[in-house]
Amino acid sequence: MVSLELRFSGGMELLFGGTKAVTVDVPLKAGAATMRDLLPWMRDHLLKERPELFMDGDSVRPGILVLINDADWELEGDLEYALKASDEIVFISTLHGG
Amino acid sequence: MPACQRCTTARAALKRPKTGESVCKACFYLAFETEIHETITTNHLFRRGEKVAIGASGGKDSTVLAHVLHLLNQRYDYGLDLVLLSVDEGITGYRDDSLATVQRNQVQYGLPLKIVSYGDLYGWTMDEIVAQVGLKNNCTFCGVFRRQALDRGAVLLGVDHIVTGHNADDIAETVLMNILRGDIARLQRCTSILNNNDGTIKRSKPFKYTYEKEIVMYAYFKNLDYFSTECIYAPQAYRGYARTFLKDLEAIRPSAILDIIHSGEAFAAPSDPPSAKTTAAPAHAHGEKPAQRDAGECERCGYMSSQRVCKACVLLEGLNRGLPRLGIGKTDRLRRRHNLHEATSPETLGRTIEHMANVRLEAARASPAAAASPPTPPPPAGAAGVGVGEPSTALSAPSAAAATARGVGVANNDAPRLASRGALMEL
Repeated sequence: MVSLELRFSGGMELLFGGTKAVTVDVPLKAGAATMRDLLPWMRDHLLKERPELFMDGDSVRPGILVLINDADWELEGDLEYALKASDEIVFISTLHGG
Repeated sequence: MPACQRCTTARAALKRPKTGESVCKACFYLAFETEIHETITTNHLFRRGEKVAIGASGGKDSTVLAHVLHLLNQRYDYGLDLVLLSVDEGITGYRDDSLATVQRNQVQYGLPLKIVSYGDLYGWTMDEIVAQVGLKNNCTFCGVFRRQALDRGAVLLGVDHIVTGHNADDIAETVLMNILRGDIARLQRCTSILNNNDGTIKRSKPFKYTYEKEIVMYAYFKNLDYFSTECIYAPQAYRGYARTFLKDLEAIRPSAILDIIHSGEAFAAPSDPPSAKTTAAPAHAHGEKPAQRDAGECERCGYMSSQRVCKACVLLEGLNRGLPRLGIGKTDRLRRRHNLHEATSPETLGRTIEHMANVRLEAARASPAAAASPPTPPPPAGAAGVGVGEPSTALSAPSAAAATARGVGVANNDAPRLASRGALMEL
């Protein structure tokens, strides 16, 4: 189990039943499991609607920004980032109207 | 955990799509703001003393634009008089929520806010329009009505210039769509950062070169308060595909966004707009009149129009007559079939849009200094364009009360909805 703080904004929360923030115990191994494992778990256990708006292939849909501990996940190895206990992961949609 | 490539000390927070650079928050803020400042100065967007309205929807782009312009105006002493201008389309559960965001921005930045509503201007809210026309062509109504609403709000405010939050991704998306539709005239217009030529109020896009990703990250890191929900009436299927395609390209090569904008500019460069407009055969095929008038005025409402009657007036006539396709399909054919003349007497039109001459008069009365040019008197009573049953001195208290009594201002009584004709003048 790894305990994570997940946050959703920019319209992303609409796919997760209106939840803006949730602390979850994910049945994955800290230090070994990566974002590549987390995304399908979120899709299967937390996502409430329209999975195609969340994932595309094995990553998030282009246009969704991800931050890991307040930094762009592109700086942290994106899909290969190894999850640690208490990581805060933020998903922000840029696909919603401006 | 990489370090910032600029200051080399702080932890990097963002990989910039434009440059691939890893930067910390402080270096990102400075780079982001400075690049917008450079866009503004290089393109001579502003004049000192200009009164500038920020088209504010409450969404991410206009929220960040208001924040950054407010900041740059102080940092570099542009000498701008900034105001927020919002359009209330009358979409329950969408625009009323986003306008609440704009009102918080108004307080945060201490900028005056003016809201113009479709209900007041046209006598129809989008909720009512969708109830009549359905979800097929409703975006046409909304787009035409919004453009004119912003211009009318700007005239009332005595504004010289409207800035909008269109970002690089939006513009690249529009370039793609115009190419896919073969719309050369729009392709030429959509990439220009500054429009200052067709008789309407000057408009510009200071975020033309600003990536959406950076706007969203800036708003997130700075905790800016914005509203994000898709319009409930806009499926935008076609634009959605263009957008997905663009985001896919950006994921592979981030420079794709700016490359597409440059492509749009390159396509647009060879021919100048007037010749394209008169020689393009498709204009005819789309049912537009072959003989277009230059920078004329709509004979009903006085808004800038190349046709005798502007698009908004034709759309409104269609709504009022229960013929919503009048301004959408083959207007001439529908007019012939229903024996409706363009130069029809105003009494049969139902509610019309207030004549621009009246709007300018209102503006001049509210603030004599704000009126850029001496207002021309409105046409005589009964002339086309003046709202039926609307006294030309539309600002008197009884008339404001009448507007409310007609139910024009919509159900909900919260502050954004108070923009009745009387309230419009308060700024």
